[in-house]
Amino acid sequence: MLARLDSGSASARRGLSDIAIRNVFIIPTIIFLVVFNIFPLIYSLGYSFTDFRASTSAPAQFIGLDNYRELLSDPYIWTNFTITAKYVLVSVGGQVLVGFGVALLLNRKVPAKGLVTTLLLLPMMMSMAVVGLFWQLLYSPSWGIINYVLGLDDFEWLSNADVALYAVALTDIWMWSPFVMLLSLAGLSAIPQHLYEAAAIDRATRWYTFTRITLPLVTPLLLIAIIFRTMEAFKTFDLAFIMTSMDTTELIAIRLYKMAFQEWQTGKSCALAYIVLIMVLAITNIYVKYLNQAKAR
Amino acid sequence: MVVTSKSHRIWNRALIALVFVLVIAYLLPLYWISSTAFKPRSLATTVPPTVVFQPEVTPFVKLFTSRVQMRGEVEPEIYAKAPWYEKRVYDAGERVIKDADGNIETSGYWSRFLNSIIIAVTSTFLAVAMGTLTAYGFSRFRMPGEQDWLFFILSTRMLPPVVVAIPMFLMYRTVGLVDSHLGLIILYTAFNLSFSVWLMKGFIDEIPIEYEEAALVDGYTRMQAFFKIVLPQAATGIAATAVFCFITAWNEYAFALMMTNRKAQTAPPYIPSQLGSGVTDWTVIAAGTFLFLVPVAVFTFLLRKHLLRGVTFGAIRK
Repeated sequence: MLARLDSGSASARRGLSDIAIRNVFIIPTIIFLVVFNIFPLIYSLGYSFTDFRASTSAPAQFIGLDNYRELLSDPYIWTNFTITAKYVLVSVGGQVLVGFGVALLLNRKVPAKGLVTTLLLLPMMMSMAVVGLFWQLLYSPSWGIINYVLGLDDFEWLSNADVALYAVALTDIWMWSPFVMLLSLAGLSAIPQHLYEAAAIDRATRWYTFTRITLPLVTPLLLIAIIFRTMEAFKTFDLAFIMTSMDTTELIAIRLYKMAFQEWQTGKSCALAYIVLIMVLAITNIYVKYLNQAKAR
Repeated sequence: MVVTSKSHRIWNRALIALVFVLVIAYLLPLYWISSTAFKPRSLATTVPPTVVFQPEVTPFVKLFTSRVQMRGEVEPEIYAKAPWYEKRVYDAGERVIKDADGNIETSGYWSRFLNSIIIAVTSTFLAVAMGTLTAYGFSRFRMPGEQDWLFFILSTRMLPPVVVAIPMFLMYRTVGLVDSHLGLIILYTAFNLSFSVWLMKGFIDEIPIEYEEAALVDGYTRMQAFFKIVLPQAATGIAATAVFCFITAWNEYAFALMMTNRKAQTAPPYIPSQLGSGVTDWTVIAAGTFLFLVPVAVFTFLLRKHLLRGVTFGAIRK
């Protein structure tokens, strides 16, 4: 742990006191976040108990928990959650397989390794909206390069109800596998070489070395990657929204957007937002726990 | 490894070859969108895909101008007098639209690009400035419930944009901030602030506390020590944080889609919106995408040493 400045020292008493400096430095940020993040959430909590519609001038009527009751018993919303779960599973699963696999490949002496790693990391730094847009070009049924390379003519990727969700997930895997790779590489490179040397002396098999040395030592960082990606995939809006508009790709964030900004069911959408928010905060809590653990190591 | 047999070496070489094949496959989508940005329109959507072609800048000229399809051929004397960029448009069978004074009408792209720059730069500056101060506060002073405050700060980053956007939209509508630069700047500052605090705390934690203590002994006030000792030491960290914040704001789509429609619209919602309008000219969309991605690619290279730290909010430093 870090040593703190000794606030009792004589020198610290010149100028502003430490407490004053701390407050001047920290409080504006807290106020800013409260005003622009927490206050709006309180505001929408209020609206979630009303039938307010932002498109009309009719005043909001208090209807108690009706919005929540309606949402939780709406099979349509459950479908959105199921779609989201499927999407999270496929895209995060794919990212872990590809990302960790490539990290294992890269974890050796590779010529121009720095350049190779940086090039691989490019996709995840790009805008989801723009990536979604140009993957539409690649997915085009009649002249897209994907169909051409795979030898499929006229296969519909994005307007096929069965495939569209997985096509979006594939784009997400392309974009975010490097993220898993980056964290896995950090974990792999931190494994002390002498462990492998000891295993080699004991004539351990590759599989044994992998499952008993590599995997356990990479797991903390891999878990951070998985939890973070799960949370991001759960919140996905841009990519799926840009790429398709099928019923089978209506992730919960897209449902929420439509309810709020197209159907203008403001009150009800605030209630749904709260349900989503609670889920995200739960995952965030787990994430920060693991993050702090990794930091302490 | 200790044992290096011959078969082991061959195996190793094969895996390295596989790495390079993978990298090429991985970069293919990026190559494809970039090359489409330099293709003549007739070659953008061919079957089989065109790989070898004469690159041209026509898509970029089209990107910045408003044009209409020409019915017939352009008159030779008009063509001869036209500047080079107009010729490129004539060559593609279109002509640029001009106003009564003969000035070329620009497309919406330029103003969106400019909005993106203004909003990303301003919000980055605010987020990094506030974030650095707050990070110093958390790094050097005791604060009751410190972990809870830090969790609170990070949790604001995790809020789904749509969830925040609904009440923000209602509030902005009341105070007239919908479709304004200030509106987006506030949202992006709030979004980046938590990231900036966490990342900068990581960087400041690494600066030895002895430097400041020595300065305090030498008669500096705490403020002087912060500005003259800590800030210069944290310069790399500040730069890396700023680049991350810039990229996040530059890339942001959801807030921009919901909070702006024209005046303050940024490039991410604008570029895809061209898809639906009339016959799609993919070369123009690719050109817009290419220009938008270039800064991100450059910054990624500058940031390469700090990427791991950045994506884990400063927790993992390597």
